[in-house]
Amino acid sequence: MISTWTIAGPYGATTDELLVAFDRARARRVLVCPAWFDEANKLRRFTVEVMRRLDAAGIDSFLPDLPGCNDSLAPLGGQTLAGWQAGMQAAATTFAATHVLAIRAGALVAPAHLPGWHYAAQSGPKLLRGLIRARTIAAREAGREENADALMEWGRAEGLMLGGWTLGAAMIRELESAEPALAEGQSDIAQSQLGGNGLWLRAEPGDDSAQADALAGIVAGSAP
Amino acid sequence: MAGILGKPMNSIPTIPSEAEAAALDSELKGLIADVLGLDPAQAAAFGPDSGLFGHLPELDSMAVAGLLTEMEDRLGIVIEDDDVDGEMLETYGALRAFAQAKLASR
Repeated sequence: MISTWTIAGPYGATTDELLVAFDRARARRVLVCPAWFDEANKLRRFTVEVMRRLDAAGIDSFLPDLPGCNDSLAPLGGQTLAGWQAGMQAAATTFAATHVLAIRAGALVAPAHLPGWHYAAQSGPKLLRGLIRARTIAAREAGREENADALMEWGRAEGLMLGGWTLGAAMIRELESAEPALAEGQSDIAQSQLGGNGLWLRAEPGDDSAQADALAGIVAGSAP
Repeated sequence: MAGILGKPMNSIPTIPSEAEAAALDSELKGLIADVLGLDPAQAAAFGPDSGLFGHLPELDSMAVAGLLTEMEDRLGIVIEDDDVDGEMLETYGALRAFAQAKLASR
């Protein structure tokens, strides 16, 4: 279930990244594009719980780490949105995915050629806004004054450390205008369809078996 | 003590109707419970002087950012960086008064 996958980096280099997979060579194979940054931690258990339910429903699923995430040896600060999009595209090919399930900001890197779902998709500007806000609040608490506009200006040129994540200048510039787009055969799943509130809202990582049942049910029920 | 004619003592100058104020109160408490993963009963018991930032261990800067973003989405308000200060986040009453003022100025 837990292994690695090899992804080609720039300049011909390759890196090995973590892979969580339920692969029993079945017809339906779902590529999971997870949430990002702090939301990735908060939704990790929920995401894998959904995959366990898909497995029980006879559907394979794959949750690949992208370079710079989790245990990756690649520095996060060197990653770009375009690079991550290419990475998920490569993952789709490597695992012969037939569908994609993108969660929150994962929708920004969902391969467009796969049918599937965007669960509670988040835009780049909203993601940045939350991270910048957390930073200005933390600064204020520490007795320093930081301004969101000035931080963004600096970030576009030099990159920024936001919420403990080092984001490169290119990534910040790309996220400023990144909107999730539904490709043909893809549809939105709103939080209201799962019942309850999104687990990414919580201050701490959580779990909700009823929501996992609901999301897996939608995927299993509507995957052709 | 209750104010004259049963009006709450802590009415703020914008004077929302009691029904509006009660709706905001329950919305805000529900929102805090959702974001912080609190028992809804604990949030429902919040009074104006209940401590928030600096008093609830769950409420760190990332959680405050999440709370403000959720307030914007659910209440339909826009919160500027300059609006955010320690005072507004210190107690439940201050946060509610802030939300009420934002709603009134829409």
